[in-house]
Amino acid sequence: MSADHGSAVGGVDPRGSRFGAAITTVVLAVVLVAGPDSPLGIVLVIFQAVMFAVGALLGPRRHPYAFVFRALVRPRLGPPGDLEDPAPPRFAQVVGLVFAVIAIVGVVAAWSGLFYAAVALAFAAALLNAAFGFCLGCEVYLLVRRGATR
Amino acid sequence: MAVDSVGLATLLVASVGAITWAIWRRRRDGRLRPGSHRGALASDELGVPLGEVATLVQFSTPYCQPCGPTRRMLAEICAEATGVARVEINAADQFELARRLGIRRTPTVLVLDSAGRERARVSGVPARDAIVAALRLLQPALSDER
Repeated sequence: MSADHGSAVGGVDPRGSRFGAAITTVVLAVVLVAGPDSPLGIVLVIFQAVMFAVGALLGPRRHPYAFVFRALVRPRLGPPGDLEDPAPPRFAQVVGLVFAVIAIVGVVAAWSGLFYAAVALAFAAALLNAAFGFCLGCEVYLLVRRGATR
Repeated sequence: MAVDSVGLATLLVASVGAITWAIWRRRRDGRLRPGSHRGALASDELGVPLGEVATLVQFSTPYCQPCGPTRRMLAEICAEATGVARVEINAADQFELARRLGIRRTPTVLVLDSAGRERARVSGVPARDAIVAALRLLQPALSDER
């Protein structure tokens, strides 16, 4: 059970994750507009997949976008209100990585439908998180369990 | 850079779809909805005795950020009220119970009456007023005392 230990142990500034989601939203929008056949689209989707992988492996504090946040944005803000448990944003990075890998498979296998669908879903999740603070883990966990046990 | 028109169309559909869904969700979140009528819950299923007035049942899952603030709010409300029991259930562990009660996302809070019947539920972090209002409905005498 995910205990609410975020503020006591290793809590992270939640604004960092949301800023990271905003960068992800922009990157994935460019990926879509560039498309699976363009060098820019391909390079960016691989780049974002690597970003997701780093976030999944190392956690939100050591995400490359978090470094950007701390360098450019954090100095202009006051201290964080509540700190958050790093596990939920890390889970979101894992989900993002899965979609990014599926998109890359779509590029390699020339199944462009797979590419568009996977990038669109990852984009929507990032947009919802950045703009609305939406919690992907809250929504997806039970649905996935439901699907897995049927 | 040439624009991929299918990609652009996908981007627009995804954006409009996501924003529309988010607005709908925002409206629903935190508000009381009528309780589902899936039978009463018993103390042994919940693991705690039912409250004399009400029982607040919070369903949580791993990776659920808002579940912590929800827990704290319900704990505060319970501390101030009498006869209100509180329990938190990990929907990942108690998957069958969650499925039976139609719990699709977390946090979801059920407001049970003294017999364990679900009188209202809230998805997302509950609005404090919503929970207080639901509790008042179950014990009207309380609101006359102040």
